[in-house]
Amino acid sequence: MPLHPRVYSTEAIVLRRTDFGEADRILTLFSPAYGKLRAIAKGSRRTTSRLAGHLEPFTRTQLLLAAGRELDIVTQAEGRERLDHLRDDVWHATGAWYVAELVDRFLEDADPHPRLYARFVHTLRLLDDGASAPATSRGWLALRHFELHLLDELGYRPALHTCAGCETPLRPEENGFSAELGGALCPACSRYAQRRMSLGAFKVLRLLQMTEWDAVPRLRLASGERNEVEGILQSVLRYHLDRELKSWAFLHAPGIEGA
Amino acid sequence: MQPTVAPVAALIEEFAKLPGIGPKTAQRLTFFILRSPADQARRLAEAITRVKESIIQCSTCFNITETDPCAICSNPQRDRGAICVVEEPLDVLALEKTGVFKGLYHVLHGALSPVEGIGPRDLRIDELVARVRERAGSDDAVREVILATNPNYEGDYTVAYIAPLLAQQDMKVTRLARGLPIGGDLEYADEGTLGRALEGRREV
Ligand SMILES: [Zn+2]
Ligand SMILES: [Zn+2]
Repeated sequence: MPLHPRVYSTEAIVLRRTDFGEADRILTLFSPAYGKLRAIAKGSRRTTSRLAGHLEPFTRTQLLLAAGRELDIVTQAEGRERLDHLRDDVWHATGAWYVAELVDRFLEDADPHPRLYARFVHTLRLLDDGASAPATSRGWLALRHFELHLLDELGYRPALHTCAGCETPLRPEENGFSAELGGALCPACSRYAQRRMSLGAFKVLRLLQMTEWDAVPRLRLASGERNEVEGILQSVLRYHLDRELKSWAFLHAPGIEGA
Repeated sequence: MQPTVAPVAALIEEFAKLPGIGPKTAQRLTFFILRSPADQARRLAEAITRVKESIIQCSTCFNITETDPCAICSNPQRDRGAICVVEEPLDVLALEKTGVFKGLYHVLHGALSPVEGIGPRDLRIDELVARVRERAGSDDAVREVILATNPNYEGDYTVAYIAPLLAQQDMKVTRLARGLPIGGDLEYADEGTLGRALEGRREV
């Protein structure tokens, strides 16, 4: 663990929380300087709690924490930015849960990733802005962009320029993809591929990987192409996590996807 | 710290499974029981057994009850045109204490939570939709469904999911006024605040 003083102040966002004891909650937080950390917010389920309103998921909060024996203790919390549009739109809210789960699952405790934190905040804002727009628009693309750049930040960048099998430069044609081998495969190596990758999907993935969000054009993808891109990225995420992401299934659940 | 007597260890282990009870408290409770008179321990054991044997869920509203349908569902004085949807049986108690609501309840048994993997199938949502649809057009038709989930993120998320499923003609879907402090649990709200939130409800 990086050493921090007995009492320290940091910005953070709640990734998840679990009820604990009578009226406490245990929080999993993501902060720019300390990475992922766990802390207890005592009495925060009581409606009289001064902490509660500032410790909702997806609220950017300034916290004062005190080092505890097992868990650090939240002593003060002050909300800086609340993303309230998310509250009324079930698909975009699910997207926010999903990126939070990705961060929670991929990050070790106390491993700071300030750039990823900035991306996380940015993605939550995009989802909040997009709330009430159809799920098929920018929100979907923002999730894929986040997935690719999370992989990048953590050293799992999938190869999309040279073949992950033989390292020859990939050409604009139908290629293969293997999460296990670490990325795209040239037609010759594609017999080892877990899946085909159409030229359309290949282009979208490369574009998202190389481009900062503000420069990502307004892409219109056919549903087959979207499924393909999403399937490829899920195969990579699952390969590294070795398990399913619970909120991912929600994004496709009836009553949520079409909402 | 390792207790060597098997029955003692077993009781500590059972206590430690209870919510909010850590190993230290489990030990304290166990040694309290060891020191207390035999009939007090027997009463505790019987109360636990009885609760499991006699408490069931109402097949209409899914509140916990000793009879099916429960006392509220079978009370002719209650307004059958209004259904108040809550997360937990404890929330029914909290709302009943306000005395403001005269209708019926529907207990979901939780809130939706994508990261905890609690989905629509894990809650009594289909049953709620069926309950409302079944009665549409009849004398017993539901005029209003009040979504009284906790005033926090999971509660709002649950409302955002359920409200569109309930949308139908001649029926209002409302939720509690935002007067409730955000982030807390309904069961901890004081009666005055909860009563006002109920009176000031607005359409979703
Ligand atoms: Zn190759
Ligand atoms: Zn009942």
